[in-house]
Amino acid sequence: MNNSTLPHYDVIVIGAGSIGAPAAFYLAQAGYKVLVLDSAPSVGQTSNKRAIGGIRATHSDPAKIRLSLRSIEIFSTWKERFGDDIEWSEGGYVFVARGEHEEKTLKNLLVTQKSFGLNIDWLDKQQLLQVVPDLNPAKIIGGTFSPQDGNASPLLAVHAFYSHAIEYGAVFQFNEKVQEIIVRGGKVVGVKTDRAEYGTDVVLNAAGAHASEIAQLAGLNVPVKPDSHEAAITEAVAPFLKPMIVDIQPGPGSSNYYFYQHLTGQIIFCITPSPNIWGFDTEETSSFLPMVAKRMVDLMPRLKNIRVRRTWRGLYPMTPDGAPIVGFAKEIEGYLYAVGMCGQGFMLGPGVGELTARLVSGQLYPTDQEILDILSPYRQFAGQELLK
Amino acid sequence: MSDYRIRQHPILPIPEREPVEFYWRGKKYTALAGETIASALFANGERVFGHHHKDGSPLGIFCANGQCSQCMVLADGMPVKACMELVTAGQHVEPADGLPELPKVTSSPSFKPIIERKVQVLIIGGGPSGLSAAIELGKRGVEVLLVDDKHRLGGKLVLQTHRFFGSTKAVYAGTRGIDIATRLEKDLSEHSSVEIWLNSTVLAVFSDKKVGILKQGHDYAVIEPEVLLVASGAREKFLAFKGNALPGVYGAGAFQTLVNRDLVRPAEKLFIVGGGNVGLIAGYHALQAGIQVVGLVEALSECGGYKVHRDKLARMGVPIYTSHTILSANGEDKVESVTIAQVGPDYKPIPGTEKSFECDSVLIAVGLDPVNEFYLKAKEYGLNCFVGGDAEEIAEASAAIFSGKIRGMEIARALGVETAEIPVEWYWTSEILKSKPGTTYSEELPEIETGVVPVIHCTQEIPCDPCSGLCSHGLIYIDRRDIRSVPTFLGNSYCCEVCEKCVAGCPGLAITLVNYRENPDLPVVSIPYEFTRQTLQANDRVSVLDTEGAELGQVDVLSVHAIENNDRTLVVEVNAPREIAQRIAGINVQDEEVTQPLDHYVAHIADDTIVCRCEHVTAGEVRSLIRAGYRDMNEIKTVSRAGMGACGGKTCVSLILRLFREEGITREEITEYSKRPVFIEVPLGILAGANGQENTTHE
Repeated sequence: MNNSTLPHYDVIVIGAGSIGAPAAFYLAQAGYKVLVLDSAPSVGQTSNKRAIGGIRATHSDPAKIRLSLRSIEIFSTWKERFGDDIEWSEGGYVFVARGEHEEKTLKNLLVTQKSFGLNIDWLDKQQLLQVVPDLNPAKIIGGTFSPQDGNASPLLAVHAFYSHAIEYGAVFQFNEKVQEIIVRGGKVVGVKTDRAEYGTDVVLNAAGAHASEIAQLAGLNVPVKPDSHEAAITEAVAPFLKPMIVDIQPGPGSSNYYFYQHLTGQIIFCITPSPNIWGFDTEETSSFLPMVAKRMVDLMPRLKNIRVRRTWRGLYPMTPDGAPIVGFAKEIEGYLYAVGMCGQGFMLGPGVGELTARLVSGQLYPTDQEILDILSPYRQFAGQELLK
Repeated sequence: MSDYRIRQHPILPIPEREPVEFYWRGKKYTALAGETIASALFANGERVFGHHHKDGSPLGIFCANGQCSQCMVLADGMPVKACMELVTAGQHVEPADGLPELPKVTSSPSFKPIIERKVQVLIIGGGPSGLSAAIELGKRGVEVLLVDDKHRLGGKLVLQTHRFFGSTKAVYAGTRGIDIATRLEKDLSEHSSVEIWLNSTVLAVFSDKKVGILKQGHDYAVIEPEVLLVASGAREKFLAFKGNALPGVYGAGAFQTLVNRDLVRPAEKLFIVGGGNVGLIAGYHALQAGIQVVGLVEALSECGGYKVHRDKLARMGVPIYTSHTILSANGEDKVESVTIAQVGPDYKPIPGTEKSFECDSVLIAVGLDPVNEFYLKAKEYGLNCFVGGDAEEIAEASAAIFSGKIRGMEIARALGVETAEIPVEWYWTSEILKSKPGTTYSEELPEIETGVVPVIHCTQEIPCDPCSGLCSHGLIYIDRRDIRSVPTFLGNSYCCEVCEKCVAGCPGLAITLVNYRENPDLPVVSIPYEFTRQTLQANDRVSVLDTEGAELGQVDVLSVHAIENNDRTLVVEVNAPREIAQRIAGINVQDEEVTQPLDHYVAHIADDTIVCRCEHVTAGEVRSLIRAGYRDMNEIKTVSRAGMGACGGKTCVSLILRLFREEGITREEITEYSKRPVFIEVPLGILAGANGQENTTHE
């Protein structure tokens, strides 16, 4: 086949999700000719729609902090800049301490977080009850509060990136499965799918839980494997809860869990199973609802009367050290990773998407190098995230 | 105060119930003990229960089945479904306007473990199919847990006041649905290995092969069955037309629930959309409850239901408009009129044919879909599962009784407790009972005009045989090998003794006797009649109609009587001129002016055709997305919120699929909603095993 006859794109993004859609938007905005391929029938249909929508900058490492701060800027100003309502709400995050152990963990983190200038503080029990009056006073001793974190609708946000990416000329092909990444002379030259073949200079792997398979199509190995988490949403009630509540104390069968009231009035919640449940299974189990319900009602008794509407299960594309993998492959020219978001793809998405556009153009910010070192595909993966 | 209770009914007993006082918006009302808040409000003339949080449009009863969440009210501060929650003395009920305030809870809850159990067989649904299966399993001592979301067993049988069709031998044909329910319930009670949970709703079949159940409204149970039988019945399809979300537009099931279960009158003047059996029977039930039926529209050129059901309505004076459709339900915050139009061969309305009728309610009966999501999930997860009744295939309840019996046997065999083969003819009978109406022959009246002549106004092949066992001399014949054949009278004019058993016993009310013996020019015609005796007396003058509903003239009533051993069907004898005697098939029970169109048609401009009732998404919004290229319903959901509401896409899916069809999009191009639990919304505290609802305060 003669490559010159293939439709040619500057960048082919694999995956139209939390990372792929904003990446396509920023790449297209920067003037690149972009094609996005996804095997799902429309945007955000794999892991994005299963995310609950929390957005925080209050992480423990500078890469995620910087990327999320930028994401928050983008999410919070989206409506005024582009007009779409993505249901952004600056509700803040509260990490509750149920005992001294959690208090110590959270206060230790606070030092790092404050050193990056994050707006986060320790609140004692009384102060915390001012912010979240419905917490069970018998179950908490205090917690951290970061008022500038927030939440938005993953579905609406990814859809907004998608529709504006199209306005900038990006092309999205759905129901199309990538079968081969064509490499010639150590360089990416094209992508073959079950429907067509395209020429390109850059492939961006934004395939979420399937990142490892997509890497292997080019003979590359990337240490991403998914584990599954279950989530649910309730009916809508009048607003009564501002921040996202995170309880990091482990319970039987689970480590942390978190919930918040979305702008629509609905409570959305999710739990981290312990031990992790590895694999691609996204079918609901009977153990999730009773487990998470008991912990939530215990922490916030008012929730006992709210009615659960829907439940689902989604995948966290995990890396060995809990940090994402962003950067070009060394083995093949033009192969770019933005994978392993460890369940934070939605909140990191705009920041990472912008970063991939800078990586493609080579016009990096001075602060980018530190981020890229931390998120390097070639790092040791020895560390452990302090706060998931 | 207006009274909307049914105080007299030709079939249903009116039970004595204690009055209970409660408050609606601070005003004191009287309810009856044991009734739902919805019925109590309807009985007091309240039909608007709240307003939608999105657009402030009025909300009321739609499904009356705990599925749709349109009837939310605040009962003592707690948001509840008015159709499911029983009214209590002194209760303060307020409309749910906008988003409800979540009640405060001031004390630390305590927890108990949720119920976790293994059973041999779990049956979802205690309707005709589930009950029949449970009886077969109970006979064999199999451990069965049967769950049903209603307060009593029987499923939709308990709403059916008419005599059933089908096979007398196989499925109680000739008996009224309500009585079949009681019989099945009694048969089941003899088997101690069957445990029954009423008022218990299945929430989900999970991938770990366990089934989550909201038990009796206040406990969460996780059941691990060896075998699952899904007998969860059907749900009603809905229709997109302007004003379709106005209070007063109901599904047929809701209407039958209010009228036949709760004995309240939700309408004075009803208009029916849909000429299948459900719509036709509901119309008949309305007439029996003293509700006027203004008319019925059917888009096809013939009604899809049994012709005898259709005729029953026509010969009581209900106009049936075939090749017609509803254009709009009109009114400010409740239905005041309906506008219909004739449709062409493409089913599109023909301009200039619009007509409007005054009415206060519109009943939608445009078909049923199986409630099969539990079955599909169970199959997907590899659970040993069976499906019966409407959940398997939409058909008559008689077919569901029989398929349930077969499923019971099949499960017993699967468990190794039954070794006998299932008779092959059972499957044949099952197919016959499920069959759609066959050929319709033109009515041939007997040529004889002497003696006594039975006239069988039954000209369509349907699975029904009770008449063949009614004649004292065995002279009504139906081919036993295939009960779908049309009955014939084998005798001559000397045979009949006028016992009138055929008149009173035909489930289709389709047999009359014409007795020429006393006066050949003014014979006596015996006509079946299922209305209260008070409505008709000897010497009344009545208008009689033929099978098609054409008026034949005014005649005098000789007597209104019940025959021995007959079950509530009366026989009316009239004197009629020879020329019309054999053609008489019924007595008009309607005021003629009720069925007259208004002198102008009511145009409905507002684009308020709702496809998603929960989130109030219009057909226009969804159509514009389809035109913009959307093919994944999940993406439509993202952008419009259609399907994101409380009901979980139970109503909107078929409407959206229909919009796709109208836009010329093939099914292959469309991705349907991902289906996720839970079946109905359930309080977090119940899932948590939290004790009690005490210490709840309101702001």
